[in-house]
Parts: sequence; C-alpha cells; structure tokens
Amino acid sequence: MATEEIAGHSVEFDTEGFMVDHTLWNEDIAREIAQKEGIGELTERHFDVLKFMRQEFKEKGDGPSIRALKNRGGIPTRELYELFPGGPAKKAARIAGIKKPTGCV
Amino acid sequence: MEPEPIKKVSIVVSKGSLDGIYPGLIMANGARMAGIEAMMFFTFFGLEGIMKETMDHLKVATVGNPAMRAPKDWGGWRIPTVLGGVPGMSTFATHMMKQEMENLDIPPVGEFIEMIHDSSGEIYACKAAMDMFKFKPEDLCDDVDGILTVGDFYEKSAGAQIIFT
Repeated sequence: MATEEIAGHSVEFDTEGFMVDHTLWNEDIAREIAQKEGIGELTERHFDVLKFMRQEFKEKGDGPSIRALKNRGGIPTRELYELFPGGPAKKAARIAGIKKPTGCV
Repeated sequence: MEPEPIKKVSIVVSKGSLDGIYPGLIMANGARMAGIEAMMFFTFFGLEGIMKETMDHLKVATVGNPAMRAPKDWGGWRIPTVLGGVPGMSTFATHMMKQEMENLDIPPVGEFIEMIHDSSGEIYACKAAMDMFKFKPEDLCDDVDGILTVGDFYEKSAGAQIIFT
C-alpha cells in the first residue's frame, strides 16, 4: 500500500500499483498515471479503452479480457497493443484505476 | 540479486487435440498481455491448430485420459477410461469444454491465433511436419508468419525461454 499525491488528490495504490478505490479516478489522475507507466499523452482512443474497462469493472467486478475489448469494446487487438505497448493488460488497468484483472485471457 | 524477468517465450505446440492446443495459445497470449515477446512453433499434430480446414474443428481427446471429468457444476463426474472411445464421447466432451471456455471468454482457436498474431506474437509451422503430412503453405491460415526448419526455430528463439507443449 502506498498513498501518492496525484493531480491534487491523495490516491492509495496497492503493492502492484493498482488504485485501491476506483471511484476516486478521474481523467487527470489517468493522465498522470499514464506518464508514470511510460504511455505518454493520452488520446481520445486511450480514453475509449479506459472507459470501457471501467464500465466492465463496475458491471462485473473485473476488468475485461482482450477479447472483450475487441468484440464488445470495439478496440482491435492490434490497436490496443499500439495504445498500451509493453503489456496492455496491467498497464491499461492501472491507468483505468481498476483492480488488477483476474482473467488469464 | 532480483531474478531476471522473462522477456521472450518460444512455445512449441506438438499436439493436435483441443486440450493439446489451448495451453500453448493461452501461454502465448498471456505473455503478450504481460509485455513478453512470444513466438509459437506448431509441429507434428500441432499443425492442426493452424490449418484452415481443421483449426476450428479440433476435439478433446477422451481416449486414454484417466483425468477426464466434467466441470464441478456439471456434476464433476469422471468419464471412465473404458468409455472414452464410445462414439460421440469426444464430441460431447468437446462441446462441454467449448461452452466452458466461451463462458471464460477464451476464444475459439482461429480467433485466438488471430489475436496472438495481432498482438505481434509470431506464428510458425514446422517444415519437417509440413513435409511429413504433405501439407502446402496454402493449407495454413493467413496468420502464419512462415515455415521454419528446426535450425531456423532455434535461431528465432534467441534469448527466449523454450516451452514444449
């Protein structure tokens, strides 16, 4: 557990860098986490991914699979990897402010 | 000293049953999701997993598998090995497994191969196995990056952990 000052908020992260309370998330927090994750500036397309992930997390209690992002979220796999290079599963979940996804796919 | 994280995996798929193909696919896709480079090498019966004609019609092997059982919510019963060869058993077990996988959002083989390829995972067929079965390059699905000899395979696997399934 670690608490960090991010975009003017005091935000708590678990030991793997995922936000403990997803309800505190906002776009400015996402932008700052994205810098730390080495993703750089977030575009509209990044936010499409993040918003779909957050919506799935709220509905199901877990982040979506890559397949769900592709088939239901409208994010082609190739594009997802371009948007979040170096491992979209964890990086996008960290930036989306949700817990570490538990699925294997 | 911290152990060195895995940077690249090279996964050999040598079996052509549904349960023989999936572990390799899940491991390759999981590697890419974690930012690990992945390549897959399909050899012997594993080629069934990248052939246009067969990839989406693979079956679970029910013969000679004493661990064969239904998921717990289906009763968890085991299929006695002696019944594994009864006509329709493999089809039934395949149906059951595909349904469970769909529930877990695990894609069918063709879609899975495409996803791995779209995530920059490389897909290769084994030259010796292609020659042995008299398969042609056009028999392979479009996501296959090429046909490799075992020497090419080792060369491309430089720096990778090799996993045989």
